[in-house]
Amino acid sequence: MEWRRRHVLGLSDFRPEEIEFVVDTARSMEEVLTRDIKKVPALRGKTVVNLFFEASTRTRTSFEMAGKRLSADVVNFSSSTSSITKGETLLDTARNIEAMTPNILVIRHYASGAPHFLSRHLSCSIVNAGDGANEHPSQGLLDLYTILKAKGKVAGLKIAIVGDILHSRVVRSDLHSLGRMGARLWLCGPETLLPREMARTGATLTSDIREAVRDADAIIMLRIQLERQKTSFFPSIREYCRRYGLNRALFSLAKDDAVIMHPGPINRGVELSDDLADCDQSRILDQVASGVAVRMALLYLLAGGSHAAH
Amino acid sequence: MLLIRGGRVIDPASRRDEEGHLVLSEGKVREFLAGEAPKNFPGRVIPAEGKWVVPGLIDMHVHLREPGYEWKEDIRSGTLAAAAGGFTTLACMGNTKPVNDHPEVTRFILDKARTEGAVNVFPVAAVTRGLEGKEMTDFTELSEAGAVAFSDDGKPVASALLMRRAMEYARPFGYLIMTHSEDPELAEGGAAHEGWTAQRLGLPGIPAAAEDIAIAREILLARQTGGRVHIQHISTRMGVDLLRMAKRAGLAVTGETAPQYFTLTDAALEGYDTNAKMNPPLRGEEDRMAILEGILDGTIDAVASDHAPHEDYVKRCEFVAAANGIIGLQTSLPLTLALLAGGKVSPSRAVDLLSAGPARLLSLKGKGTLAPGADADVTVVDPDAEWEFRKEDILSKSRNSPFIGWKLRGRAAVTICGGRIRHSCQSGIDTDG
Repeated sequence: MEWRRRHVLGLSDFRPEEIEFVVDTARSMEEVLTRDIKKVPALRGKTVVNLFFEASTRTRTSFEMAGKRLSADVVNFSSSTSSITKGETLLDTARNIEAMTPNILVIRHYASGAPHFLSRHLSCSIVNAGDGANEHPSQGLLDLYTILKAKGKVAGLKIAIVGDILHSRVVRSDLHSLGRMGARLWLCGPETLLPREMARTGATLTSDIREAVRDADAIIMLRIQLERQKTSFFPSIREYCRRYGLNRALFSLAKDDAVIMHPGPINRGVELSDDLADCDQSRILDQVASGVAVRMALLYLLAGGSHAAH
Repeated sequence: MLLIRGGRVIDPASRRDEEGHLVLSEGKVREFLAGEAPKNFPGRVIPAEGKWVVPGLIDMHVHLREPGYEWKEDIRSGTLAAAAGGFTTLACMGNTKPVNDHPEVTRFILDKARTEGAVNVFPVAAVTRGLEGKEMTDFTELSEAGAVAFSDDGKPVASALLMRRAMEYARPFGYLIMTHSEDPELAEGGAAHEGWTAQRLGLPGIPAAAEDIAIAREILLARQTGGRVHIQHISTRMGVDLLRMAKRAGLAVTGETAPQYFTLTDAALEGYDTNAKMNPPLRGEEDRMAILEGILDGTIDAVASDHAPHEDYVKRCEFVAAANGIIGLQTSLPLTLALLAGGKVSPSRAVDLLSAGPARLLSLKGKGTLAPGADADVTVVDPDAEWEFRKEDILSKSRNSPFIGWKLRGRAAVTICGGRIRHSCQSGIDTDG
């Protein structure tokens, strides 16, 4: 397959072949990560700028690591150390960065569509590292990759995603990556955080976590944003935990070999019980490892690499 | 003296829809003549064969941005855009800077309009001081200064108590309260209609209920007080249903919608197009259909553009941060004429929505009709003209329109205001200086 994309803004328009191609490339990248010298010269002389308008140490570190493993020069720019607070527009900030001629701009922004907007005004490649409640494409791909490694396939699997569906960009990418590869998706959460319109994606919606978890092959728990509680989507964290916290008893409803995932960071003892977070069937840390490989694949492909061969 | 010769004269206020000639003199309509055109007419002649001759269009909901935001629009540019769009009369909202909550501001707008305006301008004053929703403005002084109605448009009057008092107080004097109906808590933080598109794009939603609850509130307060209220820019299905119900109950409630709400849906937000961002937001298809229904059965009294000019850079940004609103003066007429295509809306009804209706709602004497003695505000409409709305055709200072590049049908060939030609795209007819 030939890679033609200049940007990775979201997975909504990714064809299944493209998704498979990125995953194949990620596999080769992961092989690099098992070597003694975990570095290849693929992106030597290229510059990747991580432009983060929202705190996210793990995604930024993952992209930084990915860029460095490929020998790119990686520069981090975050809003706390920038002129954003002085009222500079997003476009002006981005144009300033662009004037320093990076090859790839990795952008995390609190506004949905911010990377799409920049892609219309800038000439460098743009990778969406999470925009508002819209998409988090590299997370969608790494979730897929993690499940593929654990299960060998996703087609036909029952995958439950539990938590704050309404505000989740992870869900909006997983729906494409997992959905397009044939998974049976179940979305679960309190009705206040589970928009009915989501049924149009083909996913099954439920407010009963037992239904969602029963016979599931994989369960993706989402972080509950404690700070959102001020607008009262549910009565209390205690109540949330009682209804939607995954614990041993609930997990026993899932398939015996089901895996537990979480995009992180975990609220231990809230959406996920302490023991489950560390159990053998947890793939949470594997997601982090897969993340570097997937992001290496994306940067590599955007920088002009045509295939995963090393 | 001006003779508009041989057009189809459509004047719903006089129940007239027939071929004939219209004579204007001394700023007034003198007479309608059927049959042969007068020979050797001692004045200018505007041939209007194949065209419609209608009372000058009235847009009862525009933002002229002056005073205070003259880089977005001013009275000169806004009225020029109006004339080009066929409008001879505008009612401009009070969310200027300073807010039109004081007679001095009202007088300033009227003075400016008199000296620089290409068409008539009637200011709408604020309901509450500073649009803060706390204290009523001085209705009498504002009205005496020239305000034709009261609205906090751009913002809802959050307090039901204050809205009740305003309606109640205004009632005996016949002052018209117009409302931007929105429950601010339900709408808070929203950027798009709460529906599938917003979900798909990950945009924070504004539920239809935020508008519906507020419309229901205004209606119930009108019932409680016996007062009169006009609902601005209705965008929802329930909003139309509620208005219909209120009218059946005999309440003094009226409503307007804007062309964008019967032309577009939230599907226009695809790609995070900030020119499709407005408040109320573009809704779903069932809402759009209900608005059309409301126009057909007479529930909706007027079409008004909610012309809301914004400079490029407040639209050239991330969607949630972008300013709300679109310009509409030059597209309102053709988008409304598009309703005729199905054959259900008659030309006369379209003229009622764009001229006679608003004149009635705002109690504008001598406007919205071509009866002898009426003001010589006339729009000659070429209903068949096909044209493309191009960026370079925009006379407004701002270019925030989702309709740029659209192929439209129908336009104002000649716009006459007070007997003076303010716009013409008809060859041989020049505008008056």
